[in-house]
Amino acid sequence: MTTATASKGRDRKTGASAMLPDDTLLGWLRDLVLIREFEIRTMQAYSNAQIGGFCHVYNGQEAVVVGTFAATIKDDPIITAYRDHGHALARGMDPKACMAEMFGKTTGCAKGKGGSMHMFDRPNNLFGGHGIVSAQTPLGAGLAFATKYENEVLGEGEKRISLCFLGDGALNQGALHEAMNLAGIFSLPVIYIVENNGYSMGTAIHRGTTMSDKLEAKAAAYGIESLTIEDGMDVCAIYDKFKPFADACRRDQKPGFVDLKTYRYQGHSMSDPQKYRSKDEVGSYQELDPILTLKGQLIEDRGCLTEEDFKAMQKEVRAIVREAVKFAENSPSPDPRTELYSDVFTDPLPNSSPSGPYTHGEANHLTRGDA
Amino acid sequence: MTTAMIETTRQIQYREALREAMSEEMRADKRVFLLGEEVAEYNGAYKISQGMLDEFGPKRIIDSPISENGFAGLGIAAAMHGLRPIIEFMSWSFSLVAADQILNNAPKMLYMSGGQWGCPIVFRGNDGAGGQLASTHSWCVEGLFANVPGMHMAIPSCPYDAKGLLKTAIRCNDPVFFLESERMLGDKGPVPEEEYTIPFGEAILRAEGDDCTLVSFGRPVNFCIEAMVELAKEEISCDVLDMRTIRPLDIDSIVRSVKKTGRLVVVDQSWPFASPATEVITQVCERAFDYLDHQPVRVNSDDVPTPYAKELEQAYLPHKGKIIEAVKSTLGLV
Ligand SMILES: Cc1ncc(C[n+]2csc(CCOP(=O)(O)OP(=O)(O)O)c2C)c(N)n1
Ligand SMILES: [Mg+2]
Repeated sequence: MTTATASKGRDRKTGASAMLPDDTLLGWLRDLVLIREFEIRTMQAYSNAQIGGFCHVYNGQEAVVVGTFAATIKDDPIITAYRDHGHALARGMDPKACMAEMFGKTTGCAKGKGGSMHMFDRPNNLFGGHGIVSAQTPLGAGLAFATKYENEVLGEGEKRISLCFLGDGALNQGALHEAMNLAGIFSLPVIYIVENNGYSMGTAIHRGTTMSDKLEAKAAAYGIESLTIEDGMDVCAIYDKFKPFADACRRDQKPGFVDLKTYRYQGHSMSDPQKYRSKDEVGSYQELDPILTLKGQLIEDRGCLTEEDFKAMQKEVRAIVREAVKFAENSPSPDPRTELYSDVFTDPLPNSSPSGPYTHGEANHLTRGDA
Repeated sequence: MTTAMIETTRQIQYREALREAMSEEMRADKRVFLLGEEVAEYNGAYKISQGMLDEFGPKRIIDSPISENGFAGLGIAAAMHGLRPIIEFMSWSFSLVAADQILNNAPKMLYMSGGQWGCPIVFRGNDGAGGQLASTHSWCVEGLFANVPGMHMAIPSCPYDAKGLLKTAIRCNDPVFFLESERMLGDKGPVPEEEYTIPFGEAILRAEGDDCTLVSFGRPVNFCIEAMVELAKEEISCDVLDMRTIRPLDIDSIVRSVKKTGRLVVVDQSWPFASPATEVITQVCERAFDYLDHQPVRVNSDDVPTPYAKELEQAYLPHKGKIIEAVKSTLGLV
């Protein structure tokens, strides 16, 4: 049983977010709403059997990506696990490409070859959703290695940081510990962000993870600077803490680790009866809802939003998401004759396979970067 | 299929050929770097990368801690981002702890991302029995890993091929599993000064004959040549095909030879069940069944864990005697 921590004690007037213009925060609110509305449609489409496979929605955790991405530049690589729709959308993926991917259509970001768990978006430097728990953590180190190498050896690009997201369940995989040790030894500018929603499937964190109330100790073991964000349902609170932390990692080109406490409203995946937690627990977090929180701040503190504005924003976003569903429904399914054997190799060679020749895949216009 | 070799008097070791390939490619392309255990300050556990730290410095010749899964994954993402990593496994036996990264990520990234991110990476290291290293350290991963689509697998049998194939591997835009052999690192062979590369998927005919087709990969190619020499004394002549790469597999050259000889013996050092030898025989049956005068025969390591004792290990591995017997069996001579 976890308990909700309200956003208290934070000075809304002096944090980094307080210095940002209204438009930026309104943009955050819109992103939060977009992810929420998108996932509502995702769940609908899943129950209509328009989406198959494993599907994990992001409801409740939206502030994590919106608050942390706000501290990045476009060239900063992002990588995450399978609960990845929010990351894709907040990073700028066209909702159409995201929805169509789940529908298994050619217009999806990965042309229907990856599905819900594997969202890749090259123009926006999203290096994937990854389905194997913690498999993305060595990759996160590699992205940081590459940006640092490009900067220092090739003299290309500015100082970048890589954000590598993981669930609390991924804390228990060896891959993360190898990756953090490598990041520490090589001083790689990667920030491991634990989306600590308290559960991996039905396992409460304290049942699977040592020092679960002091996760920063794990980072300390690898000589990595760390940060805990208790009020991780509050996008401004995330930004206020994360921005200076990320800036330091960027400046010093060194790794970081963030225990970001959040909560998922829905079951682990689309088939989870949720016997391991109470309705009251879920309700206590819903009182801290990221959308309601930011909306309140914008109406009360800043006075830059009215209820009517918010309704209009919701309406506009709902239309976009409806459009995305319609787009996915109307998009063509991949033709096995052209798509089954394409994209296996960048440069296909003859006789690579006994079952058929590989061919060159065509780029998807929605993720090619010229859309 | 190729038959001609470049004439040269320069003889270098297999390990030197590997080093030359890496060094030349690193001079030509700054995106290429070498990462692995003991590759830098120790000069390579097997002295393959000797001197490379001095030339290229610690930012490009990088000692990794013992974290195969970690540094394999690091290399994969670096490749996605645009670099050209060479990841050295001290032994392919140790790549098993990196299975998730090298099998799930490197060969599938392009497909899973719908063509957005390929993975131009080389994984290389010793494959096969090193000599009394016993079960954990004697893996021939070709049997296991060749099953996976999305990567090329090269397996050079001599210094010339080691250099030419590795240069191709480093320039390749797709992942390459490069299988070397500890037992051949000190072998010397002709390697010209001039630049050359060897294409993937083209076998080389090491010897020409009419009675039987001998097909092999990597180190056992040398045992096939020994067997061919012995058999010639008994007036039995063989085509010896060195496949050079397991994926792609130059099945066209094999089929052409089998159509001529009518007999096929395939030698590979992995276990027989679902091995490259098994794959070759299947494909020959699919394409040239009617040309076979005898059922194809495979020579593999025996289907047991690799033993330690010298006598047991010798009995277990493919060798000249087993190959001679296999060829004779296809001719009804044993
Ligand atoms: C290596 C591996 N083992 C098991 C699974 C099955 N699995 C998928 S998600 C999951 C729980 C992970 O929870 P967490 O990391 O906390 O992420 P969350 O779902 O809370 O976002 C498990 C066990 C997997 N995908 N990969
Ligand atoms: Mg979790």
